[in-house]
This record gives sequence, structure tokens and C-alpha cells, in this order.
Amino acid sequence: MIKEMKILKQHGIQFVPDLKEAVLTPLFRGRPVIKEDISKSEAEHIKKICPSDAIVTEGGFGIDLGKCVFCKECQFACPDKIKFTNDYKLSSNKRENLVVRKGYKEIKFDEQSIRPEIRKLFKNSLKLRQISAGGDNSCEFELNAAGNVNFDMGRYGIEFVASPRHADGIVITGPITENMAEALQICYDATPSPKIIVLVGTDAISGGMFKDSPALNRDFFNNHAVDLYIPGNPAHPLTFINAILALIGR
Amino acid sequence: MKKYLETYNNTHSVRINDIPVLTYDEFCLLAEELFSEQHKHCLSYHAIDSGKEICFFCIVADDSNGKIYIFSHRSAKPVPELISLSPKIEQLQIFEREITENFGIVFVGHPWNKPVRYSHNRHDTKQVMNNYPFFKIGGHEIHEVGVGPIHAGIIEPGHFRFICNGEKVLHLEIHLGYQHRGIENLFVNENEGLKRCVLSESIAGDTSVGNALAHCQLIESLSEFNAPEDLQIERCIALELERIAVHIGDTSALCADVGYQLGQVVCEALRTTIINTTQFWCGNRFGKGLVRPFGTNYPLKENTIAEIRKILSDSGERYFTVAERIYSLPSVLGRFDGIGAVTTDQAIRIGAVGMAARTCNVKRDIRATHPFQYYRKRRPEIVIQQTGDALARGVLRWFEAKESIKYIFDLLDKWEKIKKSTKPPVYNYKLKPESFAVSAVEGWRGEICHVAFTDANGEIVQYKIKDASMHNWFALALSVRNQEISDFPICNKSFNLSYCGHDL
Repeated sequence: MIKEMKILKQHGIQFVPDLKEAVLTPLFRGRPVIKEDISKSEAEHIKKICPSDAIVTEGGFGIDLGKCVFCKECQFACPDKIKFTNDYKLSSNKRENLVVRKGYKEIKFDEQSIRPEIRKLFKNSLKLRQISAGGDNSCEFELNAAGNVNFDMGRYGIEFVASPRHADGIVITGPITENMAEALQICYDATPSPKIIVLVGTDAISGGMFKDSPALNRDFFNNHAVDLYIPGNPAHPLTFINAILALIGR
Repeated sequence: MKKYLETYNNTHSVRINDIPVLTYDEFCLLAEELFSEQHKHCLSYHAIDSGKEICFFCIVADDSNGKIYIFSHRSAKPVPELISLSPKIEQLQIFEREITENFGIVFVGHPWNKPVRYSHNRHDTKQVMNNYPFFKIGGHEIHEVGVGPIHAGIIEPGHFRFICNGEKVLHLEIHLGYQHRGIENLFVNENEGLKRCVLSESIAGDTSVGNALAHCQLIESLSEFNAPEDLQIERCIALELERIAVHIGDTSALCADVGYQLGQVVCEALRTTIINTTQFWCGNRFGKGLVRPFGTNYPLKENTIAEIRKILSDSGERYFTVAERIYSLPSVLGRFDGIGAVTTDQAIRIGAVGMAARTCNVKRDIRATHPFQYYRKRRPEIVIQQTGDALARGVLRWFEAKESIKYIFDLLDKWEKIKKSTKPPVYNYKLKPESFAVSAVEGWRGEICHVAFTDANGEIVQYKIKDASMHNWFALALSVRNQEISDFPICNKSFNLSYCGHDL
């Protein structure tokens, strides 16, 4: 007992008191900022080095966070114009809002298109079933961490559950392999309606580094609308929690 | 003439034409001769399709002298039936299965030639995930329990099929492949250095540093490049930080599985401090972006060193206190002691590597036997356990984390004294033509082995990845035999093997 008390005392308080205002280390690779106009030749150069085709040139230069793997090489190539900030609020309920362009100061949520039942039913209690479909395990680790003593998303009634029958929605990580496609569909079908679909990590949103692999099967998205896109490689627990809070209106 | 080519880990590449080509009979004889000694184990055995023929390459690690032996066999297509080596050399079973799956080659006498991962480019596309040929046992009181592919927690998918008599597990069969992303082929198709590097970090996210390092070593070997000393030290520090973080995280998970909540939450929080240190250094909690070929974007700085020292001495101290408590509590020991034991003989026969081997009194650690990077100059202490049970796998993590922390402190002292090279990475490299290189790294799970072949233009034509899990999943299957089925979570967690590292 005395030993346990000693451990508890050593342990102190790890808890992050405010999950919306917590500040991450300056080097954390979060929301990029494009400070100045990128010239055509610079854009071509960056487009060439980007490992995951995340650079958009139509309608002006932009970085698509749904494809970005946060390697920061575009900043190293253009340090005066592109900067990855430590802002971890990266998510949106609209896929096209993930494209960052010059002067953008935040990633916007489209409040209008959030289904009304989501906020009505899930605001105070949201149970989620996680499905890893080719995820590399880092996103899965971060989702586990979102519920741990540091981040404790349970304080908002958000929890991962063991069965789809108990869940209000599914959280998908990984690019969706051909070998997992059927299991994903079965799990989704087993979740009672109304239900939400959340994609976590760049792999899930666009296939990421695997988008050209023939071993994937992303047909699931032909038939189902996604409610929330959470970019990252992997998505930080704070990114995940803030995204869910924004969706349920907390 | 020598029947095999000798080389060392993380050194220069060799010409493909220098690898001796044997007839299949000679190939088998040599394999039997080499593997008859316990200090030799299989790093990788695979086949590649060179158009007209199938080439088999066997790569053997000799733990007694640090050498790596390579020998090969070529056979024109269609390849005739071959005699299986697995009945005599059990550790080759998984590799022969992979060759059968990819090329349809029949190994006569293979006792267990089942699909490995249902790879996209497999030979027989009639074999699908849904018709995996599970082993069956008949009997009045026998029943089966199926678990997965989706598990109760937040982990990767895999299917476990237990055959039980009452609560007792008679047999466990592990059916994987759900995570198959075709990653090996992407290394060939993407001829851009940065893409390959980012891909290597996605082989297994919990071993980002280990795999990125194995990849960079391989590229550097094929370019005849020796990493400067400061870069080598930084890479070793990153690898050891990864090891410490996972070991502490696993301690937390083990406590969770036996309901010791204090151990769980304290270790959870301690793991956070370690991965946040990696994040402080490079901006990513898993070290993605930290290891790059020929240089680094994140050289160590004074403030990073101070942070690493502060966190390691503080969190280390706290971890040792809680670990000592965990492994002295009767209620915890009662759940770990003697549970899921793998014998030394079993470990050697299945070719177990890394932690799984070391808990069974088999001293396999690439850092000591085939050192790479700065481990060549300064060898870490290798931790060994004897009992091969869940307790040994828990305690090994505690002692290894202790050694790693000590090792990092040594490296930091050394780093401060030497000259800095600090160069940015290079991605548009040119590789040596018609060459072959092998790179092995001791990740926290065990040895990771990357192998690449180049063509006449120096383009990579074949890339093979082997995670420690390739060998060690079989150890998990053996460990639960004659155990209560309720002990499976503890066994599984104590091995913590990789699904995506296996499925690729």
C-alpha cells in the first residue's frame, strides 16, 4: 500500500486540463500556413517532390491535407513561404475544406451540412467502434491514447466500444485493403442507425501513400457518405478529440 | 569454390553475379549443413521472378561471427516440384509457404503449406480470405472458437481460430493477410527516394524508426555510403527511444489485461512522456520523418539533448519503481508466472528472433551479433530471460528499457564530444547496378530485414521486407497450447506482434 502511494505521488497529475487550448511542442507538424504567393516554377518543384500528390495547383496553390503525409519537405524546399504550424485542429466534415490555400488561418467546418440527428443524439454520449483496414498501427495507437489518462476523452462521453452493436458510428483507419473490405462492410451493417462514419489518418481519407496500390478496395466510399475527415500521419489524439467535439457541437 | 557468399550487415552491397548458384540438391544440402548449428538462423529466404526463371535466395545470419551467408538456386519456368526443406528445417516453413503463395511452386512434403497473407499478386487467385483451410480436430467434446478479424480493442485485424477441449486450448491457428497493402511492390514502382522513405515508415507504424533505418541502411549500402559518426549516434538514440516507449506501453497493456489499474495508468502516462520527447525532437510522436538517407532534417540540438536527459532520468526512475511493484505483486505474478511458456527448443526450431527468442534463453539480437550504425563501436548489454513465459516477456521489457536508457545516456555523452557533420538528406540517389544488399536492424520486436536487388540501370527491381513477426507469430500459437483460453489476451499482448509488418 505504501509503495502504491509512492507511485501515485510520483505519478502526479498527467491530465491535460483543457483539450481545446492545449499547446503542442513548436516542431509538431500540424496545419500548414501558406504565407505568400507560390510562383509557378516553385509550385511545379514542390509538386514533384511531394511523396503523396498532396499539392493542388488548380485554382491557385494549395496543400490537400487529405493527402498530405506531413513530411514537411515542401517547407524545407520553400522555407519562406510554407510553414507547418503546431495547430492540431486539422479536421472538417467536408472533404474539400481540407485544402489549405494562401492566407488560410483555420480549417473550416461546414455547420450547415452536419446531419441534425448527430448533435441531437450524440452530443452528450458518443460510442464508437474502430476498424483498422490496413492501418499501420500508429493511428490505432493514437486513438487508444485519446482515451488514456492524459487526454481522457471519456470526460465528454466519447468512448470506443468492443461491439458495433453498442456503437453510434465507426472510425476507420488505414487505406482499406481488399482483404478487409468485406469485414468493414459487415461491421458497418452491424452498427445500428443512425450512425456516423469517421475517417482517421491520411491513409483512410485518400489512401495516402498506398493510393496507387492494386491491393486496396475503396468501394465502400461509393455507397456511404463520410461525416468527418481527420487528417494526420498519424492523427494526434488532440486532433481526433477536437474533431469529434466540433462535429457533435461541444 | 565456396558454396555461399559471405558478407556483413550494413556494409557495401554485393554484385548479384557473385552469389553462388547451386543446383536444388546442393542448395538443400548446404541449408541442412548451415542450419544444423543453433547459432545460425534464417534472415530471409525468398524467391524472385526474373522473367524466364525463378531465383531462390537464402540469407543466413551466423550469430557466432557476425557474418551473413547468401546462396541461391535458379530454376527455369515452369518450376518442377521441389522437395520441401521444412520437415528438417522447421524455421523455413513460413518462407516456403510465401514462395508457394507467390509463385505456385509445389514443395513436396511441406506439412503445413497454407496461404500466408493472400497477397494481391498471388499465384492462385481462387484462394481467398474466406476459404482459409483451417486445421480441424474431430471429437465429441471438441469445440472451436473464432476471434476476429476485427477485435474488441483498437488494434489491427487478424483471425484467431482456437480448437478447445472445455476451457483448454488444444490448438491455435492464426490466419492473417487482412492488412496486406502490397507495400513491397510500391518500393519497386516508386522510383523516388522520398516516397520510398515515407513508405518504409508505414510498414509498421509502431516501428517507424526501425523500418526507416533498415531502409536507409539499404539505400546507403547500395550507394557505398558510410554514415558519419554523429548521424549514426542519432539514429541509435532514435531507435532506443522507440524501444523504450513501446516497452513501457506494453507494460501498461499487460497490466490492463490482468486488471492492475495503477500499473496500467502510470505506464500509459510514462509512455506518453517518451513519445512526446521524440515529438519534441522531430515533430512526430512515432519518429516519422526523423530517419532519412544520407543525412537528417532534425540533427540533435542542445535543447533536445537536455529534454532527452531530463525525461529519461525522470520517467526512467518512475518506470523502474512501478515495474518493481508490478513484478512483485502476487496477484499480478499469479497471472503471468508460467503462463504461455515457449521452450528454448521450440524457439530455436521455429527460428524465433528478437524479444521472443531472448525470453527463451536464445541470445539473438542483431545489435550484438550483426551490429549496425554506432552499435558496431559500442555494443549494448543484451538482456536474456530463461523461462519463456508471459512473466519473462514482461520482465524482459523492464530490463531492456533500463539498458536502453543507460545506453542513450552514453551515446549523448559521446555525441557531445565529436565533430558534427549535419547534412540534409538526399533523395535523388543513384544506386549501384546489378547489385544486392541486405540490411538488418534490431527493432523493439526483433530483427527487421530489408533486401533489395537492382538492375543494370541501378533501379530497384525487387524489394523484400521481413519483420520479426514473420518468425514469431508461430511462437504465439505454440504458447497457448494447453493453456486456458482466457490466458490468450495475456499471451498475445506479451508478444505484441505486428499484423501489418507480417501482411505487408
